[in-house]
Amino acid sequence: MTKGMRKYFKKKIFWFVITFIAAVVLNFILPRLMPGDPVNSIVGKNISPGATQEQIQEQIVYYQHQFGLDKNIFGQFWDFVKNAFNGTFGVSYSQYPKTVSQIIGSGIWWTVALQLPAILVGWLLGNLLGALAAYKRSFWDKALMPLTLFFSAIPAFGAAVILLVLFAVTLGWAPVNGAFDPGMIPSFSWNFISSVISHYQLPFWSIVLISIGGQAVGMRSMSIYELNADYVKYARFLGIKDKKIVRYVFRNAMLPQVTGLAMSIGSMVGGALVAETIFSYPGLGMSMYAAINSSDYPVISACTLIITIMVLIASFMLDIIYAFIDPRVKAAQFD
Amino acid sequence: MKHTLKNVFHSPRFLVGFIIFMAILLTVLIYPYFVHRDPLQGLGKGFLEPGTYVSVYDANNTGTYRVDLPEAAEKRLESTLPAEDRQMMLDFLKAKGVDVSGLDASNDKLEGLLAAWKENYDEADAKKNKYEGFSTQAKRNALRRLDNRISGDNSNVAMSVVRGEGEEATSTAVSDTDYVKVDEVANAITLPLGTDNFGRDTLTELVKATGISLLIGLIAGSIATMLGLLVGLLAGYVGGLLDDVLMFIANIFTVIPGFVLLILIYSALGAESRGITTCAVIIGITSWVWTARSVRSQVISLRNRDHVNLSKLSGHSLFRIVTTDILPYIASYVVMAFILQVSSGILAEAQLSMLGLGPNPNELPTLGLMMNWAKLFGAYTSSNAWWAYFPVILMIALISFSLNLMNTGLDQVFNPTLRD
Repeated sequence: MTKGMRKYFKKKIFWFVITFIAAVVLNFILPRLMPGDPVNSIVGKNISPGATQEQIQEQIVYYQHQFGLDKNIFGQFWDFVKNAFNGTFGVSYSQYPKTVSQIIGSGIWWTVALQLPAILVGWLLGNLLGALAAYKRSFWDKALMPLTLFFSAIPAFGAAVILLVLFAVTLGWAPVNGAFDPGMIPSFSWNFISSVISHYQLPFWSIVLISIGGQAVGMRSMSIYELNADYVKYARFLGIKDKKIVRYVFRNAMLPQVTGLAMSIGSMVGGALVAETIFSYPGLGMSMYAAINSSDYPVISACTLIITIMVLIASFMLDIIYAFIDPRVKAAQFD
Repeated sequence: MKHTLKNVFHSPRFLVGFIIFMAILLTVLIYPYFVHRDPLQGLGKGFLEPGTYVSVYDANNTGTYRVDLPEAAEKRLESTLPAEDRQMMLDFLKAKGVDVSGLDASNDKLEGLLAAWKENYDEADAKKNKYEGFSTQAKRNALRRLDNRISGDNSNVAMSVVRGEGEEATSTAVSDTDYVKVDEVANAITLPLGTDNFGRDTLTELVKATGISLLIGLIAGSIATMLGLLVGLLAGYVGGLLDDVLMFIANIFTVIPGFVLLILIYSALGAESRGITTCAVIIGITSWVWTARSVRSQVISLRNRDHVNLSKLSGHSLFRIVTTDILPYIASYVVMAFILQVSSGILAEAQLSMLGLGPNPNELPTLGLMMNWAKLFGAYTSSNAWWAYFPVILMIALISFSLNLMNTGLDQVFNPTLRD
């Protein structure tokens, strides 16, 4: 490792740590500004109608202690950080006495299993289409580009709703919501697995379709930019075969697309919100949606913290990968 | 300037996008002058299908005209002949040994079914032969009544309107050739897109919501672009400590996803304090970062150009150098960034509203709120009310489509390498 490289990584790690701290602080402060006292609403839900004023007061004190709300703001912050590091993230308000980690733990695997394959498939197909559109410009541009532009203008939730109505409600080919039939208990039986697969289709394809559109448009314009670059003209003058040039061109055009892939994997949980809420898929996005609607801020801040940390890690990894694969970054940073 | 504008409007993509956007904008501005209806006023209970609704009460109190439509009886049968009667006709024909393949109980096949019926049914014949399944007297009577009805003899289903109560009640017979003129009926309403779950006229609501969403997009886009431009110019041109501080803030904003910030800030505000402007401003101040970064990098490459140095030597002020020597070079980029920011502002509002974090739902409709209501009240699934969400999706898609088209059109004009 050269001196320049070490300096580069030190700088990156410094930024990583600073932003991480800022993210944790924001995640702590913002939800606490939410109007309405969570303890009062829980006590209001759980107390028996004949309770005396003293009993109510007792309950309020009890829950305040449970949630650590009787401490001052710094004590609460310390609890928040401690809970984040030991992985429990504290106790949920709306689903007391469940811990936040239990709620997240049950959702995150559904989200990962839905999003990761969908993002990868959409990315691959989208880039292939985009590269093809750039290479065979005349046909694709005239015939398909306006159409692609229109379809990529349909918002993600709109596309999901149209898929849902078309295939689940009208044609009845796929179930309307959930991740498996409501009567089933998760097991390794054939019945359960086939139910999971049939519930998987619509959310999966809705994510794939959306990412194909975005990736194809991006890849096409990147490729066209690269195809018109001076090095391509120079290579043509030198008489290098077209096939060879195209390989270089697409490798260069891929670079921003790799960023896109890493970022969409990093922000997977945030991206899951739309598809999951429309198809009522029991992933992390759905937990977050439920938490938002019941002002359950330990869950909200845990989810947003997870998203932030994943994006942070993704962009950090990107910086490291770029340092090795992109000669321009190498030249700029390592001298 | 004039030349650039001419170039821009010669780009077909920009032109198409511009026309679509202007059409939407004009509709939003003009529509309220033609339909004076409060977009949030409930007209009915729940979803009503698109169509014209005529008051039965008023129709009965409107003067009638005699009209003889040639196919009136058939049309009446089409909309009133129940499926079980059609099935009975099929069963009878089958029992008599008539070939009924290709006929069924649907409206398309009604004509064929009626023709086969008229050809084969005969009261005396049915009485004599006692076909299988139609041997009892009751069944044969049912067949006879059905035949009467089909052959247009309505004497056994006469209708009359009774006005008043008790002794003073008068009754008027309604003939099947009585018609009312729709514009003479005191109360009738045409709902081109039906009503939503609250019974609101969806078209009026949609137009209002489009206007509000465009406003949110414009406010958010202006704030994001202005902030991004300001930060980018200062960081890029002044440099030094100011650059470090501003880029520090920008870095934090880049890594914490804007959407997460929006969710956190919105839920911290609570529904009551989320007005339209508040929502727009918050979207604006969470999405300036990319503009700031690009502006900064372009300004850095500009700041050592000869003409800028010359300006500096002439003792021009910072403000003058920035506005006359730097801004013109990045103006095209800023315009493009603004268009994209407007489009993403509208989308951000829609997504937040769909999560239940939208503007206060009791004040004004937005496109996102309409989507959220459609979801909450089962328009996709149980009610199957396409008119409550499909036009909204189409409108959002059209707005982003037109803005994206304008953007790519500008891109082609300003970045000639992309030009065909």
